Amino acid sequence: MLRVEGITAGYGPVTILRELSFHAQAGQVTCIMGRNGAGKSTLLKAIMGQVPVQSGQITLNGVPVHLLPAHKVPGQGIAYVPQGRRLFGPLTVAENIEVGLLTRNKGPRTRDFVLDLFPRLRERLDQVASTLSGGEQQMLAIARALCLEPSVLLLDEPSEGLQPSMIALIRDTVLRLRDTGLATVLVEQRVDTVLRMADRVAFMAHGRVEVDVPREGLTPESTLFQKFVGV
Amino acid sequence: MTDGAKVWGLHLLVLAAVFAAQFLLPPYHATNLARIMVLAVFAMGYNIAFGYTGLLSLGHALFFAAGMYGMGLPVWHLEWVSVPALIAGLLAGGVMAGAVGVLALRTAGVSFMIVTLMFAQAGYLTLLYLNSWTGGDEGFVVASAARQAFGFSLATDTPRFTAAFVLFAAGLLACLWLVRSPFGRVMVAMRENEERSRMLGYDPFRVKLVALILSGLYAGLAGAAYGMLFGYVGASFATIQYSILPMLYVLLGGAGTVLGPFLGALLMFYLIDITSNYTDAYLFVVGAALVGLVLFAPKGILGTLRERAWRWLP
Repeated sequence: MLRVEGITAGYGPVTILRELSFHAQAGQVTCIMGRNGAGKSTLLKAIMGQVPVQSGQITLNGVPVHLLPAHKVPGQGIAYVPQGRRLFGPLTVAENIEVGLLTRNKGPRTRDFVLDLFPRLRERLDQVASTLSGGEQQMLAIARALCLEPSVLLLDEPSEGLQPSMIALIRDTVLRLRDTGLATVLVEQRVDTVLRMADRVAFMAHGRVEVDVPREGLTPESTLFQKFVGV
Repeated sequence: MTDGAKVWGLHLLVLAAVFAAQFLLPPYHATNLARIMVLAVFAMGYNIAFGYTGLLSLGHALFFAAGMYGMGLPVWHLEWVSVPALIAGLLAGGVMAGAVGVLALRTAGVSFMIVTLMFAQAGYLTLLYLNSWTGGDEGFVVASAARQAFGFSLATDTPRFTAAFVLFAAGLLACLWLVRSPFGRVMVAMRENEERSRMLGYDPFRVKLVALILSGLYAGLAGAAYGMLFGYVGASFATIQYSILPMLYVLLGGAGTVLGPFLGALLMFYLIDITSNYTDAYLFVVGAALVGLVLFAPKGILGTLRERAWRWLP
Protein backbone atom coordinates (compact mmCIF):
# COMPACT_ATOMS: atom_id res chain seq x y z
CA MET A 1 0.00 0.00 0.00
CA LEU A 2 1.59 3.32 1.06
CA ARG A 3 5.27 2.88 1.82
CA VAL A 4 7.63 5.57 3.03
CA GLU A 5 11.18 4.29 2.79
CA GLY A 6 14.10 6.06 4.40
CA ILE A 7 13.04 9.59 3.49
CA THR A 8 14.92 12.69 4.52
CA ALA A 9 12.92 15.87 4.09
CA GLY A 10 12.68 19.39 5.42
CA TYR A 11 12.23 23.06 4.75
CA GLY A 12 15.21 24.50 2.86
CA PRO A 13 18.35 23.88 4.87
CA VAL A 14 16.38 22.66 7.91
CA THR A 15 16.00 18.88 7.93
CA ILE A 16 12.89 17.67 9.77
CA LEU A 17 12.51 14.02 8.73
CA ARG A 18 15.64 11.87 8.94
CA GLU A 19 15.69 8.55 7.08
CA LEU A 20 12.14 7.91 8.18
CA SER A 21 10.38 4.69 7.23
CA PHE A 22 6.71 3.98 7.65
CA HIS A 23 3.87 2.16 5.95
CA ALA A 24 0.07 2.15 5.92
CA GLN A 25 -2.11 -0.82 4.97
CA ALA A 26 -5.52 -0.95 3.34
CA GLY A 27 -8.34 -1.41 5.83
CA GLN A 28 -6.23 -0.19 8.73
CA VAL A 29 -6.02 2.98 10.77
CA THR A 30 -2.41 3.86 11.49
CA CYS A 31 -2.00 6.49 14.17
CA ILE A 32 1.07 8.66 14.41
CA MET A 33 1.95 10.06 17.80
CA GLY A 34 4.79 12.19 19.05
CA ARG A 35 5.61 15.43 20.79
CA ASN A 36 5.37 18.82 19.12
CA GLY A 37 8.17 19.17 16.60
CA ALA A 38 8.62 15.42 16.14
CA GLY A 39 7.76 15.78 12.45
CA LYS A 40 4.24 14.28 12.33
CA SER A 41 2.64 16.98 10.18
CA THR A 42 5.79 17.27 8.08
CA LEU A 43 5.52 13.56 7.29
CA LEU A 44 1.99 14.05 5.92
CA LYS A 45 3.11 17.09 3.94
CA ALA A 46 6.05 15.15 2.52
CA ILE A 47 3.69 12.40 1.38
CA MET A 48 1.55 15.05 -0.31
CA GLY A 49 4.54 16.64 -2.03
CA GLN A 50 4.29 19.86 -0.06
CA VAL A 51 7.69 19.32 1.54
CA PRO A 52 10.49 18.26 -0.83
CA VAL A 53 11.94 14.80 -0.23
CA GLN A 54 15.73 14.97 -0.37
CA SER A 55 16.36 11.22 -0.29
CA GLY A 56 14.45 7.97 0.07
CA GLN A 57 11.16 7.25 -1.66
CA ILE A 58 7.40 7.20 -1.15
CA THR A 59 5.36 4.67 -3.11
CA LEU A 60 1.67 3.88 -3.39
CA ASN A 61 1.06 0.31 -4.54
CA GLY A 62 4.61 0.32 -5.88
CA VAL A 63 4.23 3.56 -7.85
CA PRO A 64 6.61 6.36 -6.75
CA VAL A 65 4.73 9.49 -5.74
CA HIS A 66 7.53 11.56 -4.22
CA LEU A 67 8.71 12.72 -7.65
CA LEU A 68 5.32 14.09 -8.65
CA PRO A 69 4.36 17.77 -8.40
CA ALA A 70 2.10 18.30 -5.38
CA HIS A 71 -1.07 18.82 -7.41
CA LYS A 72 -0.70 15.39 -9.03
CA VAL A 73 -0.42 13.43 -5.78
CA PRO A 74 -4.20 13.50 -5.03
CA GLY A 75 -4.80 12.05 -8.47
CA GLN A 76 -2.87 8.94 -7.38
CA GLY A 77 -5.47 8.33 -4.68
CA ILE A 78 -4.09 10.07 -1.61
CA ALA A 79 -6.33 12.60 0.13
CA TYR A 80 -5.24 14.94 2.88
CA VAL A 81 -7.18 16.81 5.56
CA PRO A 82 -4.76 19.31 7.07
CA GLN A 83 -4.74 20.66 10.58
CA GLY A 84 -7.12 23.59 10.91
CA ARG A 85 -9.45 22.27 8.17
CA ARG A 86 -8.92 25.14 5.69
CA LEU A 87 -12.23 25.18 3.89
CA PHE A 88 -13.13 27.59 1.12
CA GLY A 89 -15.02 29.89 3.47
CA PRO A 90 -17.19 31.92 1.07
CA LEU A 91 -18.38 28.83 -0.82
CA THR A 92 -21.38 26.85 0.39
CA VAL A 93 -21.21 23.26 1.61
CA ALA A 94 -22.46 22.07 -1.79
CA GLU A 95 -19.87 24.16 -3.63
CA ASN A 96 -17.01 22.94 -1.41
CA ILE A 97 -18.04 19.38 -2.21
CA GLU A 98 -18.33 20.25 -5.91
CA VAL A 99 -14.76 21.57 -5.92
CA GLY A 100 -13.66 18.27 -4.38
CA LEU A 101 -15.57 16.20 -6.94
CA LEU A 102 -14.36 18.07 -10.02
CA THR A 103 -10.70 17.35 -9.74
CA ARG A 104 -11.09 13.62 -10.44
CA ASN A 105 -14.36 13.95 -12.36
CA LYS A 106 -16.41 12.22 -9.69
CA GLY A 107 -20.16 12.42 -9.91
CA PRO A 108 -23.43 12.09 -7.97
CA ARG A 109 -22.62 8.60 -6.66
CA THR A 110 -19.54 9.91 -4.81
CA ARG A 111 -21.47 12.97 -3.67
CA ASP A 112 -24.21 10.81 -2.21
CA PHE A 113 -21.65 8.56 -0.53
CA VAL A 114 -20.00 11.44 1.34
CA LEU A 115 -23.33 13.04 2.24
CA ASP A 116 -24.59 9.72 3.56
CA LEU A 117 -21.51 9.58 5.76
CA PHE A 118 -22.30 13.05 7.11
CA PRO A 119 -26.10 13.56 7.00
CA ARG A 120 -25.70 16.83 8.86
CA LEU A 121 -23.97 18.29 5.79
CA ARG A 122 -26.89 17.29 3.60
CA GLU A 123 -29.10 19.50 5.78
CA ARG A 124 -26.74 22.44 5.28
CA LEU A 125 -25.88 22.22 1.59
CA ASP A 126 -26.69 25.88 0.93
CA GLN A 127 -24.95 27.19 4.03
CA VAL A 128 -21.72 29.14 3.59
CA ALA A 129 -18.83 27.03 4.92
CA SER A 130 -17.38 29.75 7.13
CA THR A 131 -20.61 29.85 9.14
CA LEU A 132 -20.54 26.14 10.08
CA SER A 133 -19.60 25.00 13.57
CA GLY A 134 -16.11 23.61 14.13
CA GLY A 135 -17.34 20.03 14.03
CA GLU A 136 -19.34 20.60 10.87
CA GLN A 137 -16.33 22.24 9.24
CA GLN A 138 -14.26 19.20 10.08
CA MET A 139 -16.94 16.94 8.59
CA LEU A 140 -16.91 19.04 5.44
CA ALA A 141 -13.12 18.96 5.23
CA ILE A 142 -13.19 15.15 5.45
CA ALA A 143 -16.13 14.91 3.04
CA ARG A 144 -14.34 17.09 0.50
CA ALA A 145 -11.22 14.93 0.75
CA LEU A 146 -13.32 11.78 0.28
CA CYS A 147 -14.72 13.23 -2.95
CA LEU A 148 -11.40 12.17 -4.49
CA GLU A 149 -12.33 8.53 -3.74
CA PRO A 150 -8.89 8.00 -2.25
CA SER A 151 -7.28 4.74 -1.30
CA VAL A 152 -5.27 6.50 1.42
CA LEU A 153 -6.66 9.21 3.71
CA LEU A 154 -4.28 11.40 5.72
CA LEU A 155 -5.86 13.19 8.69
CA ASP A 156 -3.92 15.72 10.73
CA GLU A 157 -5.42 16.05 14.22
CA PRO A 158 -9.08 16.04 13.16
CA SER A 159 -10.29 16.10 16.78
CA GLU A 160 -8.41 19.29 17.63
CA GLY A 161 -10.71 21.84 19.25
CA LEU A 162 -13.88 19.75 18.90
CA GLN A 163 -16.46 18.84 21.52
CA PRO A 164 -16.61 15.18 22.62
CA SER A 165 -19.79 14.37 20.66
CA MET A 166 -18.16 15.60 17.43
CA ILE A 167 -14.99 13.68 18.15
CA ALA A 168 -17.07 10.53 18.61
CA LEU A 169 -18.92 11.16 15.35
CA ILE A 170 -15.73 11.65 13.38
CA ARG A 171 -14.17 8.62 15.06
CA ASP A 172 -17.13 6.44 14.07
CA THR A 173 -16.92 7.74 10.51
CA VAL A 174 -13.21 6.94 10.24
CA LEU A 175 -13.90 3.42 11.50
CA ARG A 176 -16.67 2.97 8.92
CA LEU A 177 -14.27 4.11 6.21
CA ARG A 178 -11.66 1.67 7.47
CA ASP A 179 -14.17 -1.13 7.03
CA THR A 180 -14.56 -0.16 3.37
CA GLY A 181 -10.84 -0.88 2.85
CA LEU A 182 -9.51 2.66 3.11
CA ALA A 183 -6.00 3.05 4.50
CA THR A 184 -6.09 5.86 7.06
CA VAL A 185 -3.09 7.66 8.53
CA LEU A 186 -4.13 9.68 11.54
CA VAL A 187 -1.96 12.16 13.41
CA GLU A 188 -3.49 12.29 16.86
CA GLN A 189 -2.44 13.38 20.34
CA ARG A 190 -5.35 12.04 22.36
CA VAL A 191 -4.52 8.65 23.87
CA ASP A 192 -8.17 7.59 24.34
CA THR A 193 -8.96 8.34 20.68
CA VAL A 194 -5.90 6.45 19.48
CA LEU A 195 -6.77 3.41 21.60
CA ARG A 196 -10.29 3.33 20.17
CA MET A 197 -9.35 3.81 16.53
CA ALA A 198 -5.87 2.58 15.78
CA ASP A 199 -4.86 -0.74 14.32
CA ARG A 200 -1.22 0.28 14.59
CA VAL A 201 0.52 3.12 16.36
CA ALA A 202 3.76 4.69 15.11
CA PHE A 203 5.62 6.78 17.68
CA MET A 204 7.81 9.53 16.28
CA ALA A 205 10.72 11.44 17.78
CA HIS A 206 13.47 13.54 16.20
CA GLY A 207 12.12 13.09 12.68
CA ARG A 208 11.99 9.29 12.77
CA VAL A 209 9.47 6.57 13.54
CA GLU A 210 11.11 5.12 16.62
CA VAL A 211 8.49 2.51 17.49
CA ASP A 212 5.74 0.99 15.32
CA VAL A 213 3.47 -1.42 17.22
CA PRO A 214 0.01 -2.99 16.95
CA ARG A 215 -2.60 -1.39 19.16
CA GLU A 216 -3.19 -4.66 21.01
CA GLY A 217 -1.15 -4.59 24.15
CA LEU A 218 -1.24 -0.80 24.46
CA THR A 219 -3.10 0.62 27.45
CA PRO A 220 -3.50 4.18 28.69
CA GLU A 221 -0.73 3.42 31.15
CA SER A 222 1.74 2.16 28.55
CA THR A 223 5.18 3.66 28.97
CA LEU A 224 5.33 4.37 25.21
CA PHE A 225 2.74 7.12 25.62
CA GLN A 226 4.72 8.61 28.47
CA LYS A 227 7.98 8.38 26.58
CA PHE A 228 6.85 9.74 23.20
CA VAL A 229 3.84 11.93 24.00
CA GLY A 230 4.47 12.90 27.61
CA VAL A 231 1.12 11.78 29.03
CA MET B 1 -38.45 32.47 -5.03
CA THR B 2 -35.29 30.38 -5.40
CA ASP B 3 -31.87 31.98 -5.23
CA GLY B 4 -31.28 31.12 -8.89
CA ALA B 5 -34.47 32.94 -9.90
CA LYS B 6 -33.46 35.96 -7.83
CA VAL B 7 -30.02 36.03 -9.44
CA TRP B 8 -31.31 35.84 -13.01
CA GLY B 9 -34.18 38.20 -12.24
CA LEU B 10 -31.87 40.88 -10.84
CA HIS B 11 -29.38 40.70 -13.70
CA LEU B 12 -32.04 40.74 -16.39
CA LEU B 13 -33.72 43.66 -14.64
CA VAL B 14 -30.47 45.61 -14.66
CA LEU B 15 -30.00 44.86 -18.36
CA ALA B 16 -33.54 45.98 -19.13
CA ALA B 17 -33.05 49.20 -17.16
CA VAL B 18 -29.78 49.98 -18.92
CA PHE B 19 -31.33 49.32 -22.35
CA ALA B 20 -34.32 51.50 -21.55
CA ALA B 21 -32.04 54.32 -20.35
CA GLN B 22 -31.12 55.24 -23.93
CA PHE B 23 -34.73 56.31 -24.51
CA LEU B 24 -34.95 58.29 -21.30
CA LEU B 25 -31.57 59.98 -21.01
CA PRO B 26 -30.44 63.09 -22.88
CA PRO B 27 -27.85 62.33 -25.61
CA TYR B 28 -24.89 63.44 -23.50
CA HIS B 29 -25.69 60.96 -20.73
CA ALA B 30 -26.65 58.23 -23.19
CA THR B 31 -23.19 58.54 -24.75
CA ASN B 32 -21.67 58.49 -21.29
CA LEU B 33 -23.60 55.33 -20.52
CA ALA B 34 -22.31 53.69 -23.71
CA ARG B 35 -18.78 54.57 -22.59
CA ILE B 36 -19.49 53.26 -19.08
CA MET B 37 -20.80 49.96 -20.44
CA VAL B 38 -17.58 49.40 -22.40
CA LEU B 39 -15.46 50.34 -19.39
CA ALA B 40 -17.62 48.01 -17.26
CA VAL B 41 -16.72 45.12 -19.59
CA PHE B 42 -13.06 46.01 -19.01
CA ALA B 43 -13.73 46.00 -15.25
CA MET B 44 -15.59 42.66 -15.48
CA GLY B 45 -12.41 41.20 -16.93
CA TYR B 46 -10.39 42.69 -14.11
CA ASN B 47 -12.90 41.26 -11.65
CA ILE B 48 -12.40 37.74 -13.03
CA ALA B 49 -8.68 38.00 -12.31
CA PHE B 50 -8.80 39.99 -9.07
CA GLY B 51 -12.24 39.56 -7.56
CA TYR B 52 -12.70 35.85 -8.23
CA THR B 53 -9.17 34.45 -8.58
CA GLY B 54 -7.24 36.81 -6.31
CA LEU B 55 -4.77 38.03 -8.94
CA LEU B 56 -3.96 41.64 -8.11
CA SER B 57 -2.72 42.96 -11.43
CA LEU B 58 -1.39 46.37 -12.41
CA GLY B 59 -0.97 45.34 -16.01
CA HIS B 60 -4.48 45.37 -17.39
CA ALA B 61 -3.87 48.54 -19.38
CA LEU B 62 -1.65 46.37 -21.55
CA PHE B 63 -4.51 43.97 -22.31
CA PHE B 64 -6.91 46.86 -22.94
CA ALA B 65 -4.39 48.51 -25.26
CA ALA B 66 -3.64 45.17 -26.96
CA GLY B 67 -7.31 44.90 -27.83
CA MET B 68 -7.49 48.50 -28.95
CA TYR B 69 -4.41 48.30 -31.17
CA GLY B 70 -5.28 44.75 -32.22
CA MET B 71 -8.45 46.26 -33.65
CA GLY B 72 -7.03 49.62 -34.76
CA LEU B 73 -3.82 48.63 -36.53
CA PRO B 74 -5.49 46.25 -39.02
CA VAL B 75 -8.08 48.94 -39.71
CA TRP B 76 -5.42 51.58 -40.24
CA HIS B 77 -2.82 49.57 -42.13
CA LEU B 78 -4.84 46.79 -43.75
CA GLU B 79 -8.23 48.48 -44.10
CA TRP B 80 -10.04 45.76 -42.18
CA VAL B 81 -13.72 46.30 -41.42
CA SER B 82 -15.38 46.37 -38.02
CA VAL B 83 -16.26 42.77 -37.16
CA PRO B 84 -12.95 41.09 -38.11
CA ALA B 85 -11.08 43.96 -36.48
CA LEU B 86 -13.06 43.56 -33.24
CA ILE B 87 -12.34 39.83 -33.26
CA ALA B 88 -8.65 40.60 -33.78
CA GLY B 89 -8.79 42.96 -30.79
CA LEU B 90 -10.48 40.31 -28.63
CA LEU B 91 -7.84 37.73 -29.52
CA ALA B 92 -5.00 40.22 -29.05
CA GLY B 93 -6.12 40.82 -25.46
CA GLY B 94 -6.29 37.09 -24.73
CA VAL B 95 -2.95 36.31 -26.35
CA MET B 96 -1.26 39.17 -24.54
CA ALA B 97 -2.71 38.05 -21.20
CA GLY B 98 -1.56 34.49 -21.90
CA ALA B 99 1.96 35.61 -22.77
CA VAL B 100 2.23 37.85 -19.71
CA GLY B 101 0.63 35.20 -17.52
CA VAL B 102 3.07 32.45 -18.50
CA LEU B 103 5.86 34.59 -17.09
CA ALA B 104 4.17 36.68 -14.39
CA LEU B 105 2.29 33.79 -12.75
CA ARG B 106 5.59 32.36 -11.60
CA THR B 107 5.33 35.07 -8.98
CA ALA B 108 2.51 35.85 -6.56
CA GLY B 109 1.11 38.68 -4.47
CA VAL B 110 3.04 41.94 -4.56
CA SER B 111 5.64 40.47 -6.92
CA PHE B 112 2.90 39.59 -9.41
CA MET B 113 1.57 43.13 -9.19
CA ILE B 114 4.98 44.61 -9.89
CA VAL B 115 5.80 42.20 -12.74
CA THR B 116 2.47 42.96 -14.46
CA LEU B 117 3.09 46.69 -14.00
CA MET B 118 6.52 46.25 -15.56
CA PHE B 119 5.04 44.47 -18.59
CA ALA B 120 2.40 47.17 -18.99
CA GLN B 121 5.00 49.91 -18.87
CA ALA B 122 7.13 48.04 -21.40
CA GLY B 123 4.06 47.79 -23.63
CA TYR B 124 3.36 51.50 -23.31
CA LEU B 125 6.94 52.41 -24.17
CA THR B 126 6.86 50.02 -27.13
CA LEU B 127 3.79 51.82 -28.50
CA LEU B 128 5.67 55.11 -28.26
CA TYR B 129 8.87 53.68 -29.73
CA LEU B 130 7.11 52.19 -32.76
CA ASN B 131 5.39 55.49 -33.50
CA SER B 132 5.51 55.10 -37.28
CA TRP B 133 3.30 52.02 -36.89
CA THR B 134 1.23 52.96 -33.87
CA GLY B 135 0.86 56.71 -34.19
CA GLY B 136 2.93 57.10 -31.00
CA ASP B 137 1.69 59.53 -28.42
CA GLU B 138 -0.83 61.11 -30.77
CA GLY B 139 -2.47 57.85 -31.74
CA PHE B 140 -4.79 57.77 -34.71
CA VAL B 141 -8.42 58.11 -35.65
CA VAL B 142 -10.30 54.97 -36.67
CA ALA B 143 -11.56 55.53 -40.21
CA SER B 144 -15.31 56.05 -40.30
CA ALA B 145 -15.52 53.61 -43.24
CA ALA B 146 -14.44 50.87 -40.86
CA ARG B 147 -16.95 51.89 -38.20
CA GLN B 148 -19.87 50.30 -39.99
CA ALA B 149 -21.58 47.14 -38.81
CA PHE B 150 -24.61 45.42 -40.33
CA GLY B 151 -25.45 48.54 -42.30
CA PHE B 152 -25.26 50.93 -39.32
CA SER B 153 -22.64 53.54 -38.53
CA LEU B 154 -21.17 52.94 -35.09
CA ALA B 155 -20.23 56.60 -35.03
CA THR B 156 -23.89 57.58 -34.52
CA ASP B 157 -25.66 57.56 -31.18
CA THR B 158 -28.24 54.78 -31.38
CA PRO B 159 -26.11 52.11 -33.13
CA ARG B 160 -23.20 52.97 -30.83
CA PHE B 161 -25.36 52.61 -27.73
CA THR B 162 -26.85 49.38 -29.06
CA ALA B 163 -23.43 47.94 -29.85
CA ALA B 164 -22.13 48.89 -26.39
CA PHE B 165 -25.24 47.35 -24.83
CA VAL B 166 -24.87 44.08 -26.77
CA LEU B 167 -21.23 43.90 -25.66
CA PHE B 168 -22.16 44.71 -22.06
CA ALA B 169 -25.05 42.25 -21.93
CA ALA B 170 -22.97 39.46 -23.44
CA GLY B 171 -20.11 40.20 -21.05
CA LEU B 172 -22.38 40.32 -18.02
CA LEU B 173 -24.26 37.10 -18.81
CA ALA B 174 -21.05 35.27 -19.72
CA CYS B 175 -19.52 36.42 -16.44
CA LEU B 176 -22.60 35.30 -14.51
CA TRP B 177 -22.45 31.91 -16.19
CA LEU B 178 -18.71 31.63 -15.56
CA VAL B 179 -18.79 32.37 -11.84
CA ARG B 180 -21.69 29.95 -11.33
CA SER B 181 -19.94 27.23 -13.33
CA PRO B 182 -17.65 24.58 -11.82
CA PHE B 183 -14.61 26.50 -13.05
CA GLY B 184 -15.95 29.59 -11.27
CA ARG B 185 -15.95 27.65 -7.98
CA VAL B 186 -12.39 26.56 -8.63
CA MET B 187 -11.34 30.18 -9.23
CA VAL B 188 -12.81 31.15 -5.85
CA ALA B 189 -11.17 28.13 -4.23
CA MET B 190 -7.84 29.26 -5.65
CA ARG B 191 -8.37 32.78 -4.32
CA GLU B 192 -9.28 31.49 -0.87
CA ASN B 193 -6.55 28.93 -0.41
CA GLU B 194 -4.12 28.05 -3.15
CA GLU B 195 -2.35 25.34 -1.15
CA ARG B 196 -5.60 23.62 -0.22
CA SER B 197 -6.68 23.71 -3.85
CA ARG B 198 -3.40 22.12 -4.83
CA MET B 199 -4.01 19.38 -2.26
CA LEU B 200 -7.31 18.64 -3.98
CA GLY B 201 -5.43 18.10 -7.22
CA TYR B 202 -5.71 21.48 -8.94
CA ASP B 203 -2.71 23.01 -10.66
CA PRO B 204 -2.73 26.64 -9.44
CA PHE B 205 -0.61 27.84 -12.35
CA ARG B 206 -3.00 26.42 -14.93
CA VAL B 207 -6.17 27.67 -13.19
CA LYS B 208 -4.75 31.16 -12.75
CA LEU B 209 -3.47 31.26 -16.32
CA VAL B 210 -6.91 30.36 -17.69
CA ALA B 211 -8.50 33.01 -15.45
CA LEU B 212 -5.98 35.62 -16.62
CA ILE B 213 -6.59 34.76 -20.28
CA LEU B 214 -10.36 35.08 -19.77
CA SER B 215 -9.69 38.40 -18.08
CA GLY B 216 -7.48 39.46 -21.00
CA LEU B 217 -10.21 38.51 -23.50
CA TYR B 218 -12.64 40.81 -21.69
CA ALA B 219 -10.07 43.62 -21.53
CA GLY B 220 -9.11 43.12 -25.16
CA LEU B 221 -12.71 43.17 -26.35
CA ALA B 222 -13.39 46.28 -24.28
CA GLY B 223 -10.31 48.01 -25.70
CA ALA B 224 -11.27 47.08 -29.26
CA ALA B 225 -14.85 48.22 -28.75
CA TYR B 226 -13.75 51.48 -27.13
CA GLY B 227 -11.57 52.32 -30.13
CA MET B 228 -14.25 51.27 -32.60
CA LEU B 229 -17.19 53.02 -30.93
CA PHE B 230 -15.45 56.25 -30.00
CA GLY B 231 -13.16 56.39 -33.02
CA TYR B 232 -9.76 56.89 -31.48
CA VAL B 233 -6.78 54.69 -30.64
CA GLY B 234 -3.98 56.16 -28.55
CA ALA B 235 -1.08 55.27 -26.28
CA SER B 236 -2.71 57.05 -23.36
CA PHE B 237 -4.93 53.97 -22.99
CA ALA B 238 -1.81 51.94 -22.21
CA THR B 239 -0.72 54.10 -19.28
CA ILE B 240 -0.90 52.94 -15.69
CA GLN B 241 -4.07 54.98 -15.25
CA TYR B 242 -5.89 52.36 -17.29
CA SER B 243 -4.58 49.63 -15.02
CA ILE B 244 -5.75 51.47 -11.92
CA LEU B 245 -9.19 52.48 -13.20
CA PRO B 246 -10.65 48.95 -13.48
CA MET B 247 -9.26 48.19 -10.05
CA LEU B 248 -11.06 51.23 -8.65
CA TYR B 249 -14.29 50.29 -10.41
CA VAL B 250 -14.13 46.78 -8.98
CA LEU B 251 -13.19 47.90 -5.47
CA LEU B 252 -15.98 50.48 -5.43
CA GLY B 253 -18.69 48.22 -6.85
CA GLY B 254 -17.61 45.10 -4.99
CA ALA B 255 -14.83 42.66 -5.88
CA GLY B 256 -16.16 39.19 -6.56
CA THR B 257 -19.65 40.36 -7.50
CA VAL B 258 -20.92 40.19 -11.08
CA LEU B 259 -22.66 43.56 -11.07
CA GLY B 260 -19.98 45.31 -9.01
CA PRO B 261 -17.79 46.36 -11.96
CA PHE B 262 -20.72 48.06 -13.70
CA LEU B 263 -21.87 49.83 -10.55
CA GLY B 264 -18.30 50.89 -9.76
CA ALA B 265 -17.69 52.14 -13.31
CA LEU B 266 -20.98 54.07 -13.28
CA LEU B 267 -20.33 55.78 -9.96
CA MET B 268 -16.65 56.46 -10.55
CA PHE B 269 -17.28 57.82 -14.05
CA TYR B 270 -19.82 60.32 -12.79
CA LEU B 271 -17.79 61.15 -9.68
CA ILE B 272 -14.93 62.19 -11.97
CA ASP B 273 -17.26 63.80 -14.52
CA ILE B 274 -19.05 65.93 -11.95
CA THR B 275 -16.12 66.88 -9.73
CA SER B 276 -13.91 67.77 -12.70
CA ASN B 277 -16.46 70.46 -13.58
CA TYR B 278 -15.64 72.19 -10.31
CA THR B 279 -11.96 71.54 -9.71
CA ASP B 280 -8.82 70.33 -11.43
CA ALA B 281 -8.04 68.45 -8.24
CA TYR B 282 -10.84 65.96 -8.90
CA LEU B 283 -8.54 63.03 -8.15
CA PHE B 284 -8.40 64.33 -4.59
CA VAL B 285 -12.16 63.78 -4.37
CA VAL B 286 -11.78 60.31 -5.88
CA GLY B 287 -9.14 59.56 -3.25
CA ALA B 288 -11.38 60.80 -0.46
CA ALA B 289 -14.21 58.61 -1.76
CA LEU B 290 -11.93 55.60 -1.74
CA VAL B 291 -10.79 56.32 1.81
CA GLY B 292 -14.46 56.44 2.81
CA LEU B 293 -15.04 53.17 1.00
CA VAL B 294 -12.17 51.47 2.82
CA LEU B 295 -13.44 52.75 6.16
CA PHE B 296 -17.14 52.01 5.79
CA ALA B 297 -17.51 49.36 3.08
CA PRO B 298 -14.17 47.64 2.48
CA LYS B 299 -15.84 44.93 0.40
CA GLY B 300 -17.33 47.51 -1.96
CA ILE B 301 -20.99 48.44 -2.29
CA LEU B 302 -22.36 45.13 -3.52
CA GLY B 303 -19.88 43.12 -1.45
CA THR B 304 -21.23 44.84 1.66
CA LEU B 305 -24.81 44.36 0.50
CA ARG B 306 -24.12 40.66 0.01
CA GLU B 307 -22.53 40.39 3.43
CA ARG B 308 -25.42 42.10 5.20
CA ALA B 309 -28.54 41.16 3.26
CA TRP B 310 -28.39 39.56 -0.20
CA ARG B 311 -26.30 36.48 0.50
CA TRP B 312 -27.41 34.98 -2.80
CA LEU B 313 -25.75 37.75 -4.83
CA PRO B 314 -23.12 36.16 -7.11
